Amino acid sequence: MTNKMKHNQDRCDFCGVCVGVCPHDAIELREAELIVDDERCTRCGQCVQACPIHALEVNDEAGV
Amino acid sequence: MKPAYDVIVIGGGPAGSMAARYAAGRGASVALFEKDREVGVPVRCAEGVSHAGLAAVVENIPSRWIAQKITGAVLHAPSGAEVPLHTDQIGYILHRKIFDYDLAQMAAAAGVAIFTRAHVTGLIMEQGRTAGVVVDHLGERRRIEARLVIAADGVESRAARWAGLATRTALADMESCAQATIGGYQGDPEMLHFYFSRSMAPGGYLWIFPKGNGMANVGLGISASAGGERSPHDYLEAFLARFFPGASILGRVCGGVPCSNTLKELAADGLMVVGDAAHQANPLTGGGIVTGMIAGRIAGETAAEAVAAGRSDRETLRRYPKAWLAGEGGKQAQFYRLRKFVFSLGDEDYDALARSVLRIPVEKRTILSIMKSALLHKPSLLLDAVKLFT
Repeated sequence: MTNKMKHNQDRCDFCGVCVGVCPHDAIELREAELIVDDERCTRCGQCVQACPIHALEVNDEAGV
Repeated sequence: MKPAYDVIVIGGGPAGSMAARYAAGRGASVALFEKDREVGVPVRCAEGVSHAGLAAVVENIPSRWIAQKITGAVLHAPSGAEVPLHTDQIGYILHRKIFDYDLAQMAAAAGVAIFTRAHVTGLIMEQGRTAGVVVDHLGERRRIEARLVIAADGVESRAARWAGLATRTALADMESCAQATIGGYQGDPEMLHFYFSRSMAPGGYLWIFPKGNGMANVGLGISASAGGERSPHDYLEAFLARFFPGASILGRVCGGVPCSNTLKELAADGLMVVGDAAHQANPLTGGGIVTGMIAGRIAGETAAEAVAAGRSDRETLRRYPKAWLAGEGGKQAQFYRLRKFVFSLGDEDYDALARSVLRIPVEKRTILSIMKSALLHKPSLLLDAVKLFT
């Protein structure tokens, strides 16, 4: 999984809105699995803003 | 699964099934890959469609698709004022699961090989042109070649981006949505309700779409850049608590609709993009079933012709965006400007608009007359309104 983003699997509906807005093509949605690519993710937070149910947040604890 | 097809369609929604069906119907060998267990599930949709729109894309409308016939609509202003609309347009709330299954069946009957739990993880590229896909099917990764790929992979589309098309949705243009299907709905089953209010749904609107048998889809979309600390889920909870306290919730779903201006490029060498992946929903209403099906049909026909001609370059595929823009797609730019206008209004504007529309006799209260009232607020809209409604 990822270090740069915190993903709450129990809230997530796996709808893919985050994938649609990600400027870096860093998110992969499977049927019921979300994978954030730390190599691509810049922690811009647009997926956080777009998520319909607050299932994503930027992980402030992870080193940049 | 064969090692190669003429055409591979990614995604088994209405746009993908139509594309696959019309490509196969004109002689191409076609595979359709759906990432989920079944086509049509989960239903991330309010399920509303007009009779005229649906009748334009299918030969007949079987009753098993229809959850509820719709004969009217009420707009709600922030003040609580209700504006009933006169409409002679019949619409439906669909059973999307049954609908999507049937569209996939029609594709299968035309010869399409459909695979579910088939998740496309990449494209095969040859000298800058798409030449197939990498697909994970039931735990096995396979490379399947194709002369042409049609990306119908929805709001979460990546395939078109991999082929170099700019299909990422800007935050302001993404309608981020949450919906609950409630039981015990006591409202008029044939009446839609729309609520416009910055405090209830900033950059979007709330809807109640009755589904028959005392059920209703209650949901909202907000612009992804407008919500701030509150998510669509939070806004929906507030609405349900206020208007349907204690209602049983039979289903919940999240989703999003790209509501942008029409995309500049819908085709690359060896690839076309259709449906939500191509931002083809109406940017004002977010309705995208019929528009996606129209585009899917054109793309499918274009694919078959391209295969028959032995060409899949961007120039050959240009038939698709040309036909799309000459028809339904040609209205998108105006709807996008209307979207910008409607969602730029404050609650006082909505209230003032409601007051002026209520002065119009109900039998003359059409979308057109509402737009005329809106024009008093912003005359620069006149050009768009004229193009759309005349």
